[in-house]
Amino acid sequence: MKILVCVKRVVDYNVKARPKADGSGVETANVKMSMNPFDEIAVEESVRLKEAGTADEIVAVSMGVAQCQETLRTALAMGVDRGILIETDAELQPLAVAKLIKAVIEKEKPQLVLLGKQAIDDDANQTGQMFAAFLGWSQGTFASKLTVAGESVEVAREVDAGTEILSLQLPAVITTDLRLNEPRYVKLPNIMKAKKKPLDKLTPEELGVDVSPRLTVLKVTEPAQREAGIKVANAAELVGKLKNEAQVI
Amino acid sequence: MSALVVAEHLDNKLNPATLAAITAAQALGTGVDVLVAGLDCGAVAEAVAVVDGVNKVLRAESEAYAHPLAEDIAPLIVQLAPSYSHVLAPATTTGKNIMPRVAALLDVAQISDIIGVESPDTFLRPIYAGNVIATVRSSDPIKVITVRGTAFAAASSHGGSADVETVDTTESTGLSSFVRADFTASDRPELTSAEIVVSGGRGMGNTDNFKLLEEIADKLGAAIGASRAAVDAGFVPNDYQVGQTGKVVAPKLYIAVGISGAIQHLAGMKDSQIIVAINKDEEAPIFQVADYGIVGDLFEVLPQLSAELDKLKS
Ligand SMILES: Cc1cc2nc3c(=O)[nH]c(=O)nc-3n(C[C@H](O)[C@H](O)[C@H](O)COP(=O)(O)OP(=O)(O)OC[C@H]3O[C@@H](n4cnc5c(N)ncnc54)[C@H](O)[C@@H]3O)c2cc1C
Ligand SMILES: Nc1ncnc2c1ncn2[C@@H]1O[C@H](COP(=O)(O)O)[C@@H](O)[C@H]1O
Repeated sequence: MKILVCVKRVVDYNVKARPKADGSGVETANVKMSMNPFDEIAVEESVRLKEAGTADEIVAVSMGVAQCQETLRTALAMGVDRGILIETDAELQPLAVAKLIKAVIEKEKPQLVLLGKQAIDDDANQTGQMFAAFLGWSQGTFASKLTVAGESVEVAREVDAGTEILSLQLPAVITTDLRLNEPRYVKLPNIMKAKKKPLDKLTPEELGVDVSPRLTVLKVTEPAQREAGIKVANAAELVGKLKNEAQVI
Repeated sequence: MSALVVAEHLDNKLNPATLAAITAAQALGTGVDVLVAGLDCGAVAEAVAVVDGVNKVLRAESEAYAHPLAEDIAPLIVQLAPSYSHVLAPATTTGKNIMPRVAALLDVAQISDIIGVESPDTFLRPIYAGNVIATVRSSDPIKVITVRGTAFAAASSHGGSADVETVDTTESTGLSSFVRADFTASDRPELTSAEIVVSGGRGMGNTDNFKLLEEIADKLGAAIGASRAAVDAGFVPNDYQVGQTGKVVAPKLYIAVGISGAIQHLAGMKDSQIIVAINKDEEAPIFQVADYGIVGDLFEVLPQLSAELDKLKS
């Protein structure tokens, strides 16, 4: 089968994000950018499905500025066959991204779409569920295991109460959680090979998708910071403080 | 127009996160109705009817809603949504699973994980692992929202007297089906609503050592949490994970043991009232947010703490 994976370029997870001085947005100048970690897990899973003979082609899609090409190249180096960049300088919110992905799916006709459960910049946790709805497809969010069997896929989901197992009719959308797999390191020869793999470019206009934002960010601020407290010498002192000073036990 | 809150329940019990979502809905200044969808969910509908501030309970009974499958619950909510200005659900794994599907079918944006209501169209929400708070305004006719439970007080679970009305159900789509659940059984308080949480990290070393934390948790009546590293290593199940991509907690007291304090972990616990850190590395970032810190080996400190708690009792 054919798999589509979505890869988003985000501020690296090691960077502590800060608002710009004027509160108009988040500081991204000279900040390290990487593939969203959950998308790395999605790419890894797709490559494993190809290595297992379940998938025969993997296409990666990324939406945003021209530099998203780097994110696509990383996916190609991990084992994806082909990349599609939907290039735009416009601000993209999950609803618009979901409409773009739907348009790509209608062209590419994959049987399975893998993507992260959440982008670590907007922390929205929406996109996969949204385009699954547009297409009338089944969805398996927060997946920690998936098994393709004939016309369906069984997915273990990480939910608040523990783990839930669902059977989804294909075609399906699956969003990845942390325990699905551990992404591989990209080897240098594969980075070289990835440069030769096909990467197509499209625009939202060519796909006929209106990407106008529905939410306006009025301002961004830093949350109240906690002050570091004190060090106590031992458990006896701690219990004394918790009982008499903080009065929480 | 009023707001509709989607209730969450399991085994005939209302999830308390619903009560926080009701409080958030009340802050909009409109009336609040609550949808209870399920199979044999009469007890839950009755429990919601007496929640303070609820106008009306909509009860939808169907085999199709026996498990909260997004493909089957979303069309029900979409059918009811046009009579409402806002549709809210707790930002639990259930709410996060269903609500974006609702928003897409209504062709509106979702406002995820709100922590404040500025006005009926303007909300506060954390982004970038809570390092930034965004104030966002929605221009959509219906606002679809998920609510962070720790940011709003729970509505009182008595004092109300709403009518329960039965609503038309939707057909099962058959797109997905429930196979089984492996839920963690525990007599301890639920993690996101516990007053005290004791969490262990990679420093705990293995599953067996978590018994040291259980002992403390038992004495304090606390829930047990964990860092991602402890879950990844298999010390504890995934539902223990606290953080940006796990559960958000804000108890009276949070005790972090053998946890370094990565941004992603802090995102899930830094709104706790009092934070205690026990770590052998005095440079660990967790100490920057801790009210009380002990620099030391947890294998020495935890038995001492346990003994001190015994003394307190006697
Ligand atoms: C996309 C993404 C999402 C993530 N989401 C989350 C999340 O939701 N929640 C989360 O927690 N993390 C999350 N993480 C992981 C996070 O970045 C850290 O890797 C993780 O929190 C580290 O866990 P830890 O503190 O237990 O382990 P470590 O960072 O390894 O720290 C272990 C600590 O234990 C101390 N220690 C060791 N032995 C002892 C001893 N005997 N006595 C006392 N102290 C001892 C050490 O000094 C050290 O400080 C995420 C990461 C990514 C990339
Ligand atoms: N601009 C984008 N390009 C590619 N994939 C995206 C983009 N935005 C979101 N996604 C995908 O949607 C997932 C969830 O994102 P979100 O709903 O924003 O939290 C991400 O992990 C990505 O896989």
